[in-house]
Amino acid sequence: MMLMTVLDFFREPWPWYIAGPLIGLTVPLLLLLGNKDFGVSSNLRHVCSVFGSKVKFFSYDWRKEGSWNLLFFLGIVLGGVVAGVWLANPEGLKVAEATSQSLANLGIGVNGQLAPDIFSWAGLLSLKGLLLMVGGGLLIGFGTAYAGGCTSGHSILGLANFQLPSLVATIGFFIGGLITTHFLLPLIFKL
Amino acid sequence: MASIQVKTTAKPLSLALAQAKYVAAGLYFGFVLVKAEVISWYRIQEMFRFQSFHMYGVIASAVVVAAISLGVLKRYQLKSFEGQDISLKPKAPTYFRYITGGILFGLGWALTGACPGPIAALIGAGSSVFLVVLLSAVAGTWLYGVLRPNLPH
Repeated sequence: MMLMTVLDFFREPWPWYIAGPLIGLTVPLLLLLGNKDFGVSSNLRHVCSVFGSKVKFFSYDWRKEGSWNLLFFLGIVLGGVVAGVWLANPEGLKVAEATSQSLANLGIGVNGQLAPDIFSWAGLLSLKGLLLMVGGGLLIGFGTAYAGGCTSGHSILGLANFQLPSLVATIGFFIGGLITTHFLLPLIFKL
Repeated sequence: MASIQVKTTAKPLSLALAQAKYVAAGLYFGFVLVKAEVISWYRIQEMFRFQSFHMYGVIASAVVVAAISLGVLKRYQLKSFEGQDISLKPKAPTYFRYITGGILFGLGWALTGACPGPIAALIGAGSSVFLVVLLSAVAGTWLYGVLRPNLPH
């Protein structure tokens, strides 16, 4: 009985007031484990550095600076397996009513999955899918490298450490997200 | 000089084991990302349409807990488990790159519904097509690295 309750807790999605603080604790965890700054997007740079380069931005010792971060990234993938496959939420994802409505107006259905149907290998064969996944990916890689961090390094670690540059970056993240949501998505989903 | 070299390269296995703790930290973080459902494209849409408090609650409470933790680490001048002083590198105070890079990343964040951490968690959770998003992101970073000398910062 008790075990079932515990298992249910690990299968169900968590409310923000449980998940948010647990995400925040990753910051002191990494500092205590080895004085590491919480961040994920540096891994994209480390991968470029692994494939050796005469490009100055990538010429540094990735083994020394990046191996912990690459292992952290690998761990996130494993966390995805445990939480998303072994302890997957038995019920489909619920989306706010207003959002379902807004998306329905764009012709995007709510399917109970984490992302719309277009986010699939078949979807990749369409212009829409290419713009969303390949175009989006390129912007993520270019933007995080330009801004020197992503949601982890800037919006969580940087804001918690009262870094003004991180506040500027976070405002940028939001401006970009709002532009995509309210201007680009309606155009793309008309394709 | 030679003996130092031997010291740092002789035991790759024990070095690898010492670094395994970062895999564990990532596993913890990835697990919470999935359970928070912040890896969902739909949750990101709720946020950018101001139609749910969930994402705001997650990010705000994460920042508050991280800030309190940093305060405690500083107040008691705690050292890492390996004995290092804990110090955070400040971000360089130039602003053009943060707003420009930030907007470009934000465009991609809402297109894919994922930032770099969630991309990893999504791949693990079985959305294998996010490998393409990951490769595209690596290509985007590569492009930045190549163009960097010509970009304003």
